[in-house]
Amino acid sequence: MMDVTGKNMVAGLLTIIVLLFAVPVVAAEKAEDNYKTYCWQCHGMSGIGNGINVRDMSVQPRDHTDGKEMSSRSDDELFEAIKEGGQAVSKSVLMPHWDGVFSDDEIHSLVKYLRELCQCQHGSS
Amino acid sequence: MMLIGLRKWSAATAMASALSLLLMSPIVVSAQASGEQILKEQCSNCHRLVGPAPATLKELWERKGPDLFYAGNKYKKDWLLAWLQQPKRIRSAGMFYGNHIEVSEDGDVIKKDSLISHPALSVEQASAVTAELLKLKANSDLIVAGEYKPGKISLTMGELRFDKFRGCMACHQIEPGYGGLSGPEVYTAANRLQEDYMMSFMRNPQAWDPKSFMPNMHLKEGDLEKFIHYFHALSGENFE
Repeated sequence: MMDVTGKNMVAGLLTIIVLLFAVPVVAAEKAEDNYKTYCWQCHGMSGIGNGINVRDMSVQPRDHTDGKEMSSRSDDELFEAIKEGGQAVSKSVLMPHWDGVFSDDEIHSLVKYLRELCQCQHGSS
Repeated sequence: MMLIGLRKWSAATAMASALSLLLMSPIVVSAQASGEQILKEQCSNCHRLVGPAPATLKELWERKGPDLFYAGNKYKKDWLLAWLQQPKRIRSAGMFYGNHIEVSEDGDVIKKDSLISHPALSVEQASAVTAELLKLKANSDLIVAGEYKPGKISLTMGELRFDKFRGCMACHQIEPGYGGLSGPEVYTAANRLQEDYMMSFMRNPQAWDPKSFMPNMHLKEGDLEKFIHYFHALSGENFE
C-alpha cells in the first residue's frame, strides 16, 4: 500500500504529465457563433447559400438547409470540406481551408450544427 | 432556434451601432494637438492602439476599426497621410460584416445606414497621426524585412491565380463593384500596405489576428510574391 509520500510523488508526476501535454488554452467557440462569424459571409444568415459574397461567384455556396444535398454527404466529408477546403472533397476552390481558424473539436461541432440546419443525417433521404 | 439567435444578434448589433455613433464624435482637437494625443483621445474609441488582437469572437464582433498597434509594420506612409484626410471605405460591409448585414428577398444585403464613416483629419492632424502610427511596430518578429522582391505579373495571370486557382475573390473585390464584400478590397492594397507585411499576413493571418475571418490559404511561398505583383498591377489601373 502506498504511503503519503508515495501518493504525493504520483500526484506530482501526474501534474507534470498534464502540464507537458497541455495545449495553449484557447476557449472553443460555440458552433452557432463560429457559423455566424465565418460561414455567413458566403452561406448566408439563413444558411441557404445567399451571403453577401455570392454575387460574382462562379459556383454558388451550398444551401445548408437542403436536406437532400446535405444528406448525401457523410459527417467525415463535411469535416474534411471545412478543415481542408472545397478542393479536398472535389468541390469549389471558393470554399477555403479553415484549419487555421477552427480546432478539430470546433469543426466536429460545426458538422453537428450543419445537421441541425439541414435537419438531416447522412443517407436519411 | 436559429430565428431566436438572429433576433438576439440583431439586437446586439443595433446596440453596438448606437454605441459606435455615440462614440464617433468629429475630430475636435486643436490643429496643434500631438499625434499621440489625437490617437489616444479620438482613435482609441474604435481602434486598438495596444495589443493583443481579439482572442474571442465576442471581441472580434466588437471591433469597430482595424487594430493599429502594428500600424507601423502594416501601412504605407503616403497612403496614411492621404487617406486620413480623405477617408474612403475599404471594407464594403464594415470591420465585421456580420454587424452590418440583413436578410432580404434577394439574399443577404449590407445595411448601409449601419456603417459609420471615418472622420477626416486636417493636413496637420493627418501628418501628426501618421508619424505616430508609424511608430507602432508590434509583431516585428513576424516581418522579414526586404523579403518581397518587386516583379511583374499580367492582370490576366494575376486574376487567374487570385480567383480561379485560389478563390480569393470570394471575399475580396478586385475592382470596384466586382468580387466579395466581406473582406477588404485588394485593388488598393499595393498603395495601402507594406509588401513585407502582406507577405507575412498572407502566409499566416492568424499569427497577426487569431480570429481573423481571412483563413490560412496555405499559399506556396512563390504565390505570395506573385499575389503582391498582382496587387501592384491592379493599383496601376487607378480604380480609386
